Amino acid sequence: MIYLHLLKLLAPEAILVVTAILVLGLGLSGSSGRLRPLMTRLTLLGGLIAAWVLFIYPEDACVLNGMVVLDPLGRIFKLAILVLSMITVILSAASPVRRHFAEYLALILFATVGMLLLAGTEELLMIFIALELTSISLYVLTAYLKESSASAEAGLKYFLIGGVSAAFLLFGLSLVYGVEGTTNLRALLAISPAQATDPLMLAGIVLTLAGFGFKVAAVPFHLWAPDVYEGAPTPTAALVASGSKVAGFFILAKMLAIGFGASAGMAAWSQFRPGWLPLLAVMAALSIVLGNLAALAQSNVKRLLAYSAIAHSGYMLLGLTSATEAGFTAVFFYVIVYALTTIGAFGVVEVVERRRGGSQLQDFDGLYKAAPVLAICMLVFLISLAGIPPLAGFFGKFYMFAETLAASGEGSNPGMLWLVGLAIAMNAVSLYYYLIVLKHVFVAKPVDDEPCKSAACTPVIVVLALVILLLGLFPDALLEPLRAAVSFYTASLNLP
Amino acid sequence: MILNATFLSAFLGAALVLLLPERFARASRWIALLAAMAGFGFALKAFAGYDQSAGAPHFQYATQIPWVRALGISFFTQADGISLVLMVLTGITAIAGVLFSWNVTQRPRAFFAFFLTIIGGVYGVFQSFDLFLLFVFYEIVIVPKYFLIAAWGSTNREYGAMKLTVFSVAGSALVLLVLAATYAVSGGQSFDLMVLTTLAFPASFQAWAFPVLFLGFAVLAGIWPFHVWAPTGHVAAPTAVSMLLAGVVMKLGSYSALRVAMTLFPQGLDQWRMVVAVLATISILYGALVALAQKDLKFVVGYSSVNHMGFVLLGLVTLNTVGLSGAVLQMFSHGIIGGLLFAVVGRMIYDRTHTRDIATLGTMELSKALPFAAFTFTVASVASMGLPGFSGFISEFTILTGTWKSFPILLIPAGIGVVVTVAFTLRALQRSFFAPQESGPPDRSTHHEDFEPITFPERLGACLLILATLGVGLYPKVLLDPIVRSFDSPLMHQLIREVASK
Repeated sequence: MIYLHLLKLLAPEAILVVTAILVLGLGLSGSSGRLRPLMTRLTLLGGLIAAWVLFIYPEDACVLNGMVVLDPLGRIFKLAILVLSMITVILSAASPVRRHFAEYLALILFATVGMLLLAGTEELLMIFIALELTSISLYVLTAYLKESSASAEAGLKYFLIGGVSAAFLLFGLSLVYGVEGTTNLRALLAISPAQATDPLMLAGIVLTLAGFGFKVAAVPFHLWAPDVYEGAPTPTAALVASGSKVAGFFILAKMLAIGFGASAGMAAWSQFRPGWLPLLAVMAALSIVLGNLAALAQSNVKRLLAYSAIAHSGYMLLGLTSATEAGFTAVFFYVIVYALTTIGAFGVVEVVERRRGGSQLQDFDGLYKAAPVLAICMLVFLISLAGIPPLAGFFGKFYMFAETLAASGEGSNPGMLWLVGLAIAMNAVSLYYYLIVLKHVFVAKPVDDEPCKSAACTPVIVVLALVILLLGLFPDALLEPLRAAVSFYTASLNLP
Repeated sequence: MILNATFLSAFLGAALVLLLPERFARASRWIALLAAMAGFGFALKAFAGYDQSAGAPHFQYATQIPWVRALGISFFTQADGISLVLMVLTGITAIAGVLFSWNVTQRPRAFFAFFLTIIGGVYGVFQSFDLFLLFVFYEIVIVPKYFLIAAWGSTNREYGAMKLTVFSVAGSALVLLVLAATYAVSGGQSFDLMVLTTLAFPASFQAWAFPVLFLGFAVLAGIWPFHVWAPTGHVAAPTAVSMLLAGVVMKLGSYSALRVAMTLFPQGLDQWRMVVAVLATISILYGALVALAQKDLKFVVGYSSVNHMGFVLLGLVTLNTVGLSGAVLQMFSHGIIGGLLFAVVGRMIYDRTHTRDIATLGTMELSKALPFAAFTFTVASVASMGLPGFSGFISEFTILTGTWKSFPILLIPAGIGVVVTVAFTLRALQRSFFAPQESGPPDRSTHHEDFEPITFPERLGACLLILATLGVGLYPKVLLDPIVRSFDSPLMHQLIREVASK
């Protein structure tokens, strides 16, 4: 083990840490207001270099008993996380965060480092540490608006619920370690069937899933989400909704497929067998139903997006119940598309919030007049979330549903039909509340005729909307690299 | 490629209209007209060039490009007689729709962009032979419909728009479910309709997949009891959108039911055929009876759509070439006539009188005040009743002939439906246009001098539609030949032979 080699493998993370320290140093110089643009640029530069080095060392590695893993699939996810974080930084450029901007940027960078580590490890302890690094940074970021009591409340809620679920997760992981005697995911895959259905192992799985359920905001561990999305500074909420979700689902998929691969169980209708599949299916069903129904009643767009995020977690959990290579590829495609869509939607919310001082539905009245470009972008994002073609969200959903059914397809009646049917029905419901938002944007009379000055982040939002449209028209652009990476990964597992 | 040019020209037109600078917003209608005419031109050229000689393939103009390799999805478009007839209908409706929305001044760019997006989606559905592609086009239509009605509509527009959208989306959710299940059950190699129809799906799968899929499509075709969106939506919509909805969007439902649900699951169809036939007959009778009781002229036309679409669905499940061809011809015929009726009621009458109440209209001496509107409505009514010489006669007659072969018993209620259709049409026509005037001085406030005369674009649009229904009525061969020929294709042949011969 040469440390230089380790540094090469962790170069993106290292670069982000260095950037964070530099930004903090700039912040110490006192005149942080004047240096704001410089700090933002420095952060973006750091992110850019990190993304670049991700690809200049294209060697695959698995060192330190799986603590640091690098493969094509991980690289795609690290890139996605970096892109999402950098968009968050751009959205923050004009954010309401007035004081301690350097620390704010540094925290975003630290959270990003946590997510990157999460995407590049196959070891239980490392997973826990990376998750905590991400979470703790996000707790602080959520509570960053000192003058807003909603922000403080959201931060406290996030922290308390997050702390409890971290305890659950740690307890679960320790049980798994206790039964199997290893913390390496690949070693867990090789356990005997008797061990796989050991009650203690199953208890460990339940507790671990509870911990992850919190990370991805799945019912019944979702209670923090609406308050955090609403109270946190909007760019922070965007990061929680996008980057943190991408990392969370990636590592959850890995845990389930490799770590708990032997104790899957069964979730087909009337054929439930203990394991993580039925648990996941129930969490998915609850999230889909509760998320979509609760979103119907919201009057604040950020809260509405939070409930829609819960519903989307449900769809993705549903995708994970396929437990096949194609099904996981579908989830990976969907989570990346979802993150890009949702961060774009938050970008529009951020601009509106700054102009109109709030994110209630009424604040979106007549946006088409004030900012036609942003209005059209919002249309693209929300319609994609609702799963209407030709946008990427539609293809992603269709792919997940089809693969989930195909994985359970025995003869004429696929076993997962109950869950997919529920998801599709609820997805139809979701169009209703997205249309309500869009009605305010396009149909309602404008509150004032004064056009918005174009916001600095508008180009980024437009690019995101274009990406969503193009990925919908040509899904292969993302799907083929993902498929290749996933099948490469599966091959590396040396499954019998 | 000529097929793809139809929807490409519509989408391109939509994009151009959106990119137009604010100052030239009024020019958007010209761009929309050009795009609609280009689409119609391509559709007509494809229709004229369709080779009907004995040995020629049933499906022509094929384009197939791999699209999403992971799921075996391809961009696969081609056309047979049915597709081409409906594409020509789309072209005519699009042009007439633009002409009848010539007076849209409120945000014309957005209006025409949404309008053309619907047109593009409709063209796309009629030529897609890949299930996934078909569904993509099918869904593209939904969201623009909502905005067109909610922002530019009239009576109770936000309610009507949402109701219509909710029903459409519920229908497509059913379709989506079966689509995903079909992928799973078929082993997931392909969405190519030509391939899928050769697979024998297990009977137990067809038994639930067919009704779900058929219902999903039939919601859009306004089948009873899921028709409730249609009258409300049609009434709330601006004129051009009512014309589109009645003219082509409802046809998406009946077309897809035929093209996808029926060909894909013939065994399921066999099981559920009688149920569909009965529901269709109820639609005919119910639509006609409810139309008879309406006070609002636009609601009369709205319910007449339910009635006419009932004939289409009934014709489809007769499963003999006569009834099926009649159903397709009825789609064309109702597209034209329904469009014409909505044009008169929504644009010529309501935009001027600001009322659609039949009794109030009756006091206005419309036959003298707006003679052209009265003339057009009379022609449309006569065509709608199914009088010989118009397209409606040929199509309803063939459907009833087909019904007699397959469901003799249903001929009685369907026949009654025809009679009631005549009744409600004549009632609406007589009471709103030719009502006998009460003695006494005419009400000066609504005197005909006040009405703005019928404009040139309106006359042009009305003439276009009248010519279409009259032309087809006098020379139905021009459409019937390619339609009948299409039911001879391997895709349909199997369906007609195997199911109907039982």
